[in-house]
Amino acid sequence: MADLSPLAVAIPLVVAAVLVGAAVVLPRPVVDAASLAAAIGVAVLCALVLSDVADGRVVYWFGGWTPRHGAAVGVSFAIDEIGAGLALFVALTFVGAFMFSWRYFVVVGPFFHALMLVFLAAMVGFSFTGDLFNLFVFFELLSVSAYALVAYDIEEEGPIQGALNFAVTNSVGAFFILSGIALLYGRTGALNMAQIGQTLAGSHVDGLVVISFTLITVGFLTKAAVVPFHFWLADAYSVAPTPVCMLLSAAMSELGLYALARVYWTVFSGALGGGEESLQVVFISAGVLTALVGALLCFGARHLKRMLAFATIAQIGLFLTGLGLLDSGAMAGAALLVAADGCLKASLFVSVGALQHLFQSVDELRLRGRARRLRVTGPLVVLCALGVASLPPFGPWLGKALIEEAAGDAGYGWLPVVFVVTSALTSGALLRAAGRVFVGWGPRTDPIAAGAAAAPDEVDPELQYRHDRVPSTMTTPAVALAVAGLALGLVPGMREAALDAGAGFVDRSAYAAAVLHGVTGLQAEAETIQPGVGSVATGLLTVALALGLAAVALFRERAPGAVDRAETLAAGVLGRLRALQTSHAGDYVTWLTLGTATLAAIFALTLTS
Amino acid sequence: MSVLPYVVAAWLVLVGLYGIVTSRNLLHLVVCLAVMQSSSYLLLLSIGYVKDAEPPIFADVPPTTPAVDPIVQALTLTDVVVGTTVTALLLALAVQTHKRYGTLDPEELRPKRPQA
Repeated sequence: MADLSPLAVAIPLVVAAVLVGAAVVLPRPVVDAASLAAAIGVAVLCALVLSDVADGRVVYWFGGWTPRHGAAVGVSFAIDEIGAGLALFVALTFVGAFMFSWRYFVVVGPFFHALMLVFLAAMVGFSFTGDLFNLFVFFELLSVSAYALVAYDIEEEGPIQGALNFAVTNSVGAFFILSGIALLYGRTGALNMAQIGQTLAGSHVDGLVVISFTLITVGFLTKAAVVPFHFWLADAYSVAPTPVCMLLSAAMSELGLYALARVYWTVFSGALGGGEESLQVVFISAGVLTALVGALLCFGARHLKRMLAFATIAQIGLFLTGLGLLDSGAMAGAALLVAADGCLKASLFVSVGALQHLFQSVDELRLRGRARRLRVTGPLVVLCALGVASLPPFGPWLGKALIEEAAGDAGYGWLPVVFVVTSALTSGALLRAAGRVFVGWGPRTDPIAAGAAAAPDEVDPELQYRHDRVPSTMTTPAVALAVAGLALGLVPGMREAALDAGAGFVDRSAYAAAVLHGVTGLQAEAETIQPGVGSVATGLLTVALALGLAAVALFRERAPGAVDRAETLAAGVLGRLRALQTSHAGDYVTWLTLGTATLAAIFALTLTS
Repeated sequence: MSVLPYVVAAWLVLVGLYGIVTSRNLLHLVVCLAVMQSSSYLLLLSIGYVKDAEPPIFADVPPTTPAVDPIVQALTLTDVVVGTTVTALLLALAVQTHKRYGTLDPEELRPKRPQA
């Protein structure tokens, strides 16, 4: 079964090439069906690989170039449960996106589908690979297809600007990654992650290792949109076509964090393990900052796609704190949270896309009360919002509970407060929007959103058709994704499986043994974490806070005076944060440079031995 | 091994970054990005360079002859391809920007209000 894994990358690439080659003769339904079939095929393959890796890592060597005497010469896929699970999640999101785009675009050439398939292949390869340079190539492949997809509506103003900022900042990030890889290659003479990890382990940590670690970290954090590398995200996600948004927000940012964790655990953990505490502080502070900034901007948004873009940033912050605890239980929680929240966000993007399809607008205030007749989409959005607020016992709650338990053990007992605030603000914004759009509650203006960018009325000719109902190709993926995200917490054995996967993921020597010596039976002892009453209480508290925030925002005339003062304060902070969002690539790269210099200084002071 | 190539590589990063940050023309900005990326070509090639060594082709020399590292040139070639793709895409976006806004100056493209 190990031999199946390359097919999951090859199939979409071949189908993409055929679609472009035969562009002239293929009718639209064939293109749609072929790409949907390819995505389903990849999902099936990923599911087979996932069931395979349950018994131990799967290592596939291209061209049969297996390691000789424990030294890797070839290029390999090294797949564990987290990699395979991530690939499966990505493939399923693509299935939803292809279904959705069936009716979303009135006119669309096969180039869109081809780019999407290349994007899919790159993401799957990125999750599977065991080779550092290969990781970089897949990273660039998925980045370039994402730039092109964001700019798909090339005749519009927003997409050009968004794609330009996205491409410039992320190319700088990718360049940093390559430089870091080159330095590592110069030191170790290897590109296989396990091999580099073995050579670095226990060695003296000098400037070169610290610089390459900084460069690689910055590159992946830029892709993940962690503060202060996050500015490009809202510009890009708010202008991309909705099916693309689903993938960007549910999967692409998360892949940046996945790569950071993968590279840390396989390559650097042996050498930098001594500085674990300072790494924890750095990653957790960055995560907390990202979560709070994203959540505030999310609550202050009125452009629904921007709202979801900022929700993505807030979630990324939470994922980063999970990874940053450098603990297998927290890693398991973060993986569950990525999958569950990713499904919910993709479902929310589908619902926003449905609104856009029907009403040619994605602006919360302009849509007020107009979507009353949508009997499925409205409740679905509310359900997803409650899921985001970690309503027990659903998927996001389980993930957060695992991270919170691990945080308590690691001496970060205050982290749940950040989780509650972030999730309550994000979910509160979504509930407020749902109340306004689907019920018509709330005033026509909103002081919190007063400074926010309004969504332009759609002038896209592809969407300029009047539709009277949401087509089932849009409701089905929305419902399926929402159910998947919520049900993840209900599947029996899911918690144990995730904890097992987390324990395997952070085990550098077992990874190296599997890749370099073909010994796959080693299984690290998984932690046992049982979410307690405390987690249920924080989950319920978050839901209550989210509902309260939404209610205050919608029925402000009946709210007490203290709310006004809090609102003025929030509006002031929001104004400052918005002023930084200049939509100017040069500014964004300045922030990136500053962030890099800060990280380099901190790492140089705390990690060198 | 001379340290000069590494100094030049670091210099290219810095001038490239400076150019991107201060650029008043999108074409200039894209070229600055390319300048910065060329630093990685230099870095890779100097890592694999061995003084007084042969090219890594062992057809008519004994396999023990010192040779430069053949891997880095493959990496560099891949990197060049990637860089070209990104540059081409960005230039296409710049052309489209000019069509749409009539300017290439990022300062003039700055939205009147912050976009958040």
